[in-house]
Amino acid sequence: MIWFFLLSGLFLGWSLGANDAANIFGTAVATRMVKFRLAALIAAVFVVLGAVISGAGATETLGHLGAVNAIAGSFTVALAAGLAVTWMTRLGMTVSTTQAIVGAIVGWNLFSGTPTDLSSLSTIVASWVVSPILAGAIAAILYFLTKLFLAKVNIHLLREDAYNRLALIVIGAFGAYSLGANNIANVMGVFVPATPFNSLHFGKLLMISGKQQLFLFGALAIGVGIYTYSHRVIKTVGNDLFKLTPVTAFIVVFSESLVLFLFASNTLHFWLLNHGLPAPPLIPLSSSQAVVGAILGLAVAKGARGIRFRVLGRIAASWVTVPIIAGVLSLLLLFFMKNLFEQQVVADTRYHLSEKVLTHLRQDGLPVDDLRSLNGESFSHPRELRQALRRTGQFDEMQMLAIFDAARVDTLGRDTVRVDESRLTAAQYRALARLQGRRYLYRWQLGEALARLTPAWEPKQADTPLKQQRRQELLSLVYRVSRVPPGNRSVNSHQEVAP
Amino acid sequence: MPLLFRKTQEMETMIDEYLDRVVQGGLLFKEGLRYYLDGDLAAFEDRLADIDALESESDTIRRRIESQLYTQTLIPESRGDVLGIIEHTDEVLNITAETLMVLSVESPEIPEALRQMIRELGEVSVTCMDELITTIRAYFRDVERVRDGTTRVLFYEKEADKIADRIKRKIFKDDSITGDLSRKLHLRDCVANIENISDTAEEVSDRLSIAAIKRTM
Repeated sequence: MIWFFLLSGLFLGWSLGANDAANIFGTAVATRMVKFRLAALIAAVFVVLGAVISGAGATETLGHLGAVNAIAGSFTVALAAGLAVTWMTRLGMTVSTTQAIVGAIVGWNLFSGTPTDLSSLSTIVASWVVSPILAGAIAAILYFLTKLFLAKVNIHLLREDAYNRLALIVIGAFGAYSLGANNIANVMGVFVPATPFNSLHFGKLLMISGKQQLFLFGALAIGVGIYTYSHRVIKTVGNDLFKLTPVTAFIVVFSESLVLFLFASNTLHFWLLNHGLPAPPLIPLSSSQAVVGAILGLAVAKGARGIRFRVLGRIAASWVTVPIIAGVLSLLLLFFMKNLFEQQVVADTRYHLSEKVLTHLRQDGLPVDDLRSLNGESFSHPRELRQALRRTGQFDEMQMLAIFDAARVDTLGRDTVRVDESRLTAAQYRALARLQGRRYLYRWQLGEALARLTPAWEPKQADTPLKQQRRQELLSLVYRVSRVPPGNRSVNSHQEVAP
Repeated sequence: MPLLFRKTQEMETMIDEYLDRVVQGGLLFKEGLRYYLDGDLAAFEDRLADIDALESESDTIRRRIESQLYTQTLIPESRGDVLGIIEHTDEVLNITAETLMVLSVESPEIPEALRQMIRELGEVSVTCMDELITTIRAYFRDVERVRDGTTRVLFYEKEADKIADRIKRKIFKDDSITGDLSRKLHLRDCVANIENISDTAEEVSDRLSIAAIKRTM
């Protein structure tokens, strides 16, 4: 059954491979600089590598937007996105799986009653606007640099051709890696909270997490898409969009790949932050729009007047229409999935508002007076909590999100020592060991208990972004490892235990 | 790296060798014409034999270039231009060989009054040809210099035209050139043959101008 549910994600992956690989090798193949077979092989291999090695960053951001927590829900969300992409592509829109999946996730949030993280959403949408502009700027700069370089070095036409060929292959591989890293979130992101896979250990050195296995399958689907269908798309990308020479093709692909990489690489992200530089958020982008941006940047740099504003208009329109269509489709399909096929598209989640939750929320600066009437109440579905909150007070979406996060009952504390010791400092590990066997109802309680035991777990204002992110990641790991599966929770497990 | 670019290196060398043959062809033509005008027919026939051998060598190289450019799918964007340029350059070489061959077969008697002018026409034509080859090399290595090169080719072609014009007028208008109309027409054809060298060079140069524009980013 699990495999059936993954099918929609694989379909989305296939369409990504068929469409987006063309953005990376389309120009190289169309200008006959690289043979299709070689391009497809390189693209497939590096998409898989990028997805498995660096796919986590952008996935995290999508996860913030909405954690689809039941596999049938993930199936439906991915299906809605896939259908929206196929439909819009037929209408000739420059669409991306990214916009579709974001719309579909928001659709799931609406359906389930879970609040949408508006700050994540606005960051994502802003990145869509920024990415083609950034790609265009990079392309323009690269154009001038390449022109200057070629004028200086005077390479023989044949040698230039050979170097160019090599560069197209290398940059294509980099582009495919970046595409895999950046876009795997679209394909498999919604399945992450409901992943059916367990970690695989190969000796002491190699460990492939459940998430990475999921990414591997998604990436393989992308690879199949590249092999089976991208050839046709490549023909149109290479010839219709804009007449590119091999050198300008290189510039376009390089700019696009850089932008995808900037928005996907965890390593680069933290390196930039730690050096006090602005770092782009890790967000899945549209490679098609990055390519169009790069080509327009090139056109501006060449002083061409013939910029087709209709193309720009179509892109801007897709930022709005595609998510809306995917969102509506997602809502409709979820409704049918739940009521017609009787599948659980939203996992049962318990929320309990206790005095401690209210105190915690007040400490976070939330007005809790309106919540007093709900003190002691439990809810078994996000929609119930949302309705209760609506009745009691005026909470905006971000406040709702904070309340949902704080009130979610999780039962943590099983085997805290199972967390891989090598990833922790000694102090962090000792603190974990001391909590062994204790139970916590809420995630934030476990975090606070750890912070009380040692400053090593304590969030500090002065921490570098890297440190903050690391601590957050470790805490997520602790939550995951120590989470008591719903079936094993004793009747009294909702009684929280003070440390 | 060297292994990776071996084919490219081979092709570069082959194109250079081909262009070397064309330059040599020009020099042989100049020498051959000089010996013919000086009446040293043995030396003239030697040069004719040399230019014939050179032409067939260059044909072999040209065919190899053409087939390898296609089979190895090198320079896909500029392949058509490069092939066009090389084929038309070959025509220039062919004309030099043919012109000497016509002199050998038809043995026109060149009046003393025309000899210096014809020698001059031959020299200017060969200079035009040399400039063309330099420009072709620039197209491959330093495309910015193509414009200067084509300007020079054009200049020498015009010079050759003027000289040829003067010779033709002299053939038909000057009393010192004796003989019937058929002799005059024969002389005119010989001059037209030489003039054809720079005309064809100009055609190649026009192609080069366009190819160079396509090559600049």
